[in-house]
Amino acid sequence: MINRKLLIALLAIGLLAPLAVYPVFLAKLLCFALFAAAFNLLLGFVGILSFGHAAFLGTGGYVTGWLMLNSGLTPELAIIAGTLAGALLGAVYGKLAVKREGIYFAMVTLALAQLTFFIYLQAPFTGGEDGMQGIPRRALFGLIDLSNNTVMYYLVLAIFCFGFWLINRTIHSPFGQVLKAIRENEPRAISLGYDVEKYKWLAFVISAALAALAGGTKSLVFELASLTDVHWHMSGEVILMTLVGGVGTLFGPLAGAALVVTMQNYLSGGELGNYLHIIMGAVFVICVLSFRSGIVGQLQKFKRNNF
Amino acid sequence: MTQDHILETRNLTKGFKGFIAVDDVNLNIRRGDIHALIGPNGAGKTTVFNLLTKFLQPTSGQILFNGQDITPLKPAAIANKGIIRSFQISAVFPHLSVLENVRIALQRQEGNSFHFWRSDKVLEHLNDRALELLKSVGLESFAHSVTVDLPYGRKRALEIATTLALEPELMLLDEPTQGMGHEDVGMIAELIKQVSANRTILMVEHNLHVVSKLADQITVLQRGAILTEGDYATVSADPQVREAYMGSEADAVEVAS
Repeated sequence: MINRKLLIALLAIGLLAPLAVYPVFLAKLLCFALFAAAFNLLLGFVGILSFGHAAFLGTGGYVTGWLMLNSGLTPELAIIAGTLAGALLGAVYGKLAVKREGIYFAMVTLALAQLTFFIYLQAPFTGGEDGMQGIPRRALFGLIDLSNNTVMYYLVLAIFCFGFWLINRTIHSPFGQVLKAIRENEPRAISLGYDVEKYKWLAFVISAALAALAGGTKSLVFELASLTDVHWHMSGEVILMTLVGGVGTLFGPLAGAALVVTMQNYLSGGELGNYLHIIMGAVFVICVLSFRSGIVGQLQKFKRNNF
Repeated sequence: MTQDHILETRNLTKGFKGFIAVDDVNLNIRRGDIHALIGPNGAGKTTVFNLLTKFLQPTSGQILFNGQDITPLKPAAIANKGIIRSFQISAVFPHLSVLENVRIALQRQEGNSFHFWRSDKVLEHLNDRALELLKSVGLESFAHSVTVDLPYGRKRALEIATTLALEPELMLLDEPTQGMGHEDVGMIAELIKQVSANRTILMVEHNLHVVSKLADQITVLQRGAILTEGDYATVSADPQVREAYMGSEADAVEVAS
């Protein structure tokens, strides 16, 4: 299962990183890592490909952002509300999508996410193309001021650790056992008496909620919620992160998000900015062609074969 | 008579866009029997299985289990009633351990299968029962292997252990010895005999030697309809069966009987 030493080492890196790296960048990275980890719960552990996860990321962002702008709620409550909104949307979309399998499941999720995108584009409260700007961070529990980026980062780290823990627990739970059985052989799971649609649905809701948690947190980090997060590009990007990092591994989404976010940040600022999408596309092609198990999957293989 | 039958079908019919795969089939499976369903390729045997377990919807007709109409139920609900099927290709969970394969079946009655917040350590008390089941099919020494590494015959044995974990009243086995070598066929046949005590088995089987040894009752299907029924002696003596189904295999049938 999880390697304890590795976990402690990563946590230490997470705690010390703001000394060396810009905290907002780190916070962004962790938000995407959580988003990818939520997505990976479905693709890696249930074997279903959602092509509409941006809808949940965006919903979390808009709901949290709107509450921060228009109500007196403290940030943790606004994030919880955003997460619940994502879970609710996931419950409805999941109900519709799990009736279909494979490519049809992906198409249904994509269609529903597009529907969501156009609603947010038209709805007055999202600010349309301009996005929802100037979202205040205020003070955690009304006590800890989040306007300092380093403080904000530690909140993101805590949220990420919670999300990561929940995913790990889900995978290694009685429920997770059934999910793996469905991934491995769905007809057999049915013939053993498991109503697989219900299990897929619950996994979908958990995944959607965690994606919204990532979105809500991200809107506080950037003080902005925009259409970028609901656009289908975002749904594609999370697939890219997960595949490059290693689908079905616990740390893969973290590695993939780190790579993709770092590339985006450093390339878009430099001369190569215009070629960003070409370079990302090339990375994706290389990954799919030569190391399909992703960075973490490949490392695990290497470790198995050599130690 | 009716209470004697664990499973009955009444005028069971399945059509696929003009093609009738299963045509007006009336099956009567007696409690405690090993009942074999045989017939040439394309006779509709697997389709019948898929209808009985609701993996396919019948076009018309009824399925009665213990006298109760189960035609409208979903596949998982059929399984919960005590009808557990196997598949033509081995139905295991390849990347779970052998022990976990059996435990998945045992877990269902625990009622904690939606508990995503609990550690899977709560399932460990099922390990003893799982090992016991593995022992009954001779797999206890493989308990911690990854299932994908097992030889084919052992995978089928594991499948039977998994099915037994649910204590099914009625087991449906779809070609349990398909694609096996001689020794494995003997092992599986022996196993089926063993587990048939106290339960009913309906099996699709091509290996007539196995059928002759195991089956109490045989139904011969041809082009989706029942050609004849009876014990092995009756069925194998039927000239229609010889002509329609066995053809050149007629000699082999005599050897087997």
